[in-house]
Amino acid sequence: MEKRWISLYVMNDVGVLAKIAGLFSGKCYNLDSLTVGTTEDPTVSRMTIGLYGDENTFEQIKKQLNRFVEVIKVIDFTNASIHMKEILFVKVKHCSKEEKEEVFKIAKVFGLTISDYGPDSVLVECVQRKERNDDMIHLLQETFTQIEVVRGGSVGIESISLTGRE
Amino acid sequence: MEIAGTKLFVKALIKEGVDLMFGYPGGYAIDIFDELYRQDEIEVILPRHEQGLIHAAEGYARTTGKVGVCLVTSGPGATNLVTGIADANYDSIPLVCFTGQVSTGLIGNDAFQEVDIIGITRSICKYGVTVRNREDLGRIIKEAFYIARTGKPGPVIVDLPKDVMLALGGDQYPEEVNIRGYKPSTGVHAGQLKRAMKALDQAKKPLFLIGGGVNIAGARTELRKLIELTEIPVVSTIMGRGALPTDSPYYVGNIGLHGCYAANQAISECDLLFSIGTRFNDRITGKISDFAKHAKIIHIDIDSASISRNIIVDIPIVADAKEAIEKMLLHATKRQTNEWLEEITTWKNGFPLSLKTKQDINPQRIIEYINKTFKEPIVVTDVGQHQMFTAQYLKMTGDTRLVTSGGLGTMGFGFPAAVGAKLGNPDRTVLCVTGDGGFQMNIQELATAVCNELPIIVCIFNNNYLGMVRQMQQMFYDKRYSCTCLRYHKSCDKNCRDLKKACPPYSPDFVKLAESYGAKGYRVWNQDDMKLAFEGAVHNTKSPTIIEFMIEKDDLVLPIVPAGNALNHMVVNC
Repeated sequence: MEKRWISLYVMNDVGVLAKIAGLFSGKCYNLDSLTVGTTEDPTVSRMTIGLYGDENTFEQIKKQLNRFVEVIKVIDFTNASIHMKEILFVKVKHCSKEEKEEVFKIAKVFGLTISDYGPDSVLVECVQRKERNDDMIHLLQETFTQIEVVRGGSVGIESISLTGRE
Repeated sequence: MEIAGTKLFVKALIKEGVDLMFGYPGGYAIDIFDELYRQDEIEVILPRHEQGLIHAAEGYARTTGKVGVCLVTSGPGATNLVTGIADANYDSIPLVCFTGQVSTGLIGNDAFQEVDIIGITRSICKYGVTVRNREDLGRIIKEAFYIARTGKPGPVIVDLPKDVMLALGGDQYPEEVNIRGYKPSTGVHAGQLKRAMKALDQAKKPLFLIGGGVNIAGARTELRKLIELTEIPVVSTIMGRGALPTDSPYYVGNIGLHGCYAANQAISECDLLFSIGTRFNDRITGKISDFAKHAKIIHIDIDSASISRNIIVDIPIVADAKEAIEKMLLHATKRQTNEWLEEITTWKNGFPLSLKTKQDINPQRIIEYINKTFKEPIVVTDVGQHQMFTAQYLKMTGDTRLVTSGGLGTMGFGFPAAVGAKLGNPDRTVLCVTGDGGFQMNIQELATAVCNELPIIVCIFNNNYLGMVRQMQQMFYDKRYSCTCLRYHKSCDKNCRDLKKACPPYSPDFVKLAESYGAKGYRVWNQDDMKLAFEGAVHNTKSPTIIEFMIEKDDLVLPIVPAGNALNHMVVNC
């Protein structure tokens, strides 16, 4: 099963998110990530959906999504050049002075933002591709004893210049 | 001018051409009913249960081509529609279901008779919406009818909060619809159709598989022309029955779990399967990997999601069946199919449908009597053995219609659907073939039929059992008749496996029950009784007639494809 990404334009109405999510639960499709927010048109929302599936299942999911009255457009990112980012907050807790310094070093090297800090904690904000955020969590888990993670799921948009998928 | 939502509602229905609807009032729909009381253009039928109501609307829609309209109150009124909504969704029946709702300020407060019916039905309807603002009411009703009847038809739910219906607002009802995300397919892809026709020309054993989509699209005439022109044999699903007359030399029979031997064999042996308007439901495919395994498969369907879902097809065509067949007629030519037809005829003659029974009265004889007696009737079935017997033996000629719950298999569907069919077709003979189990699931609709003077002929195949499940228990569960005996009494032996045993009196007495409702009732033990009962039914033009046929307890619907087997691995005799 491959990881795949699609994006949907949907009507910004009550219950539409539940209907899209319900398709995945009701038909046992393997949903990995779903984010949603309004577009430049407040009556339209855009979703970014990550899922696992074989080719046939993926095609079927696209067709099923397309048949919803509330879905305006389905965009398959499989062969598209896209920009994709996920927001990730990591709170590193119970730090010694040395550990706080280590967090600051990591942030500098990996281009992360220190959003907040206190006597024994540091809040790091990462806006990266999902895979890089996975790596970051892994690194921080190995380096520090207690971290708290919250991540927002990915959003994606087609590239303008067709130069790579970042 | 400003008018109340209830007034705009009635205006909208009249504009949509609704002259008959099915309603059951309650506290949160009372204002709408009050408005309906003040007008004469729309007749409102009061069934006796919301489940009966929606099946009646289905029967009406299935036999008239119009949208079936339901109006019920909130809470239990709405939830009682759920089975019918799922049923209509499976069989692509256009319904608009209006549900009363608590006022918008109370939504989410667990108010009396509040349920989130849009949430409950989200996965079983084509579209559903709660009207939250009075100014959206007209647009939403317009969209509801449009969505229900276009593309792949289906049920639409419109939830109407009480305050929205009482609020004043504009009196305009839109003339046009523009929904950004909903553009039903039109046209036929010329290249794909050309590929399909070329494949058809090259095939040595071509076969058409016809599903309900052909009947829904109103493509019977076009299909009949196409088959006469090409002389290619045809098999059908139960929902596709009647698209081609059963007496056509090219009609082979039903396929699937209880399909006829020749039809299932033809599927297994054809080299090109040209399917139109079917979902390849598991009941018709049997073991998927063996389904039409020698064939190239072409599939025409209005719903792209139905294509390559269960069966991977070689040439997909997303199109309305009627439009596609019309285009095919421009290119179709006569095919040399004599050898192939002869092969099919050998299967037909070798394994004809037959029912082994000692009894004078049996399902086959009853349906044959219907075939001989009634000209182009509408036959509505319930779900179970009688449904399969009807699908097997009913002759579909002319405009004979078979109305049945194909996708969901809803027991209790038959009789109320017959009520709707008769209301929509007052000049046609409507028969309901049902079982003693299924009839009791919506038996209360006898009152609806009596009060509306609907002379429906109800044929109950009474074998004292939930016959189809009992058949499975008999064949595959070592005769452990768990919870299928309708004569089971607390004094009975729990482990009773004796189908011949003298049992306590059956409850209810259907003849007395019919009489108690003001209908006619007959009990039939033999062919003489049957003749008298049908004659009595024909002369009873003001009320329904119940004919209770006392049939064998252990009759089996055969052939049967045991679960997990390929279509050509049928049990033909037991």
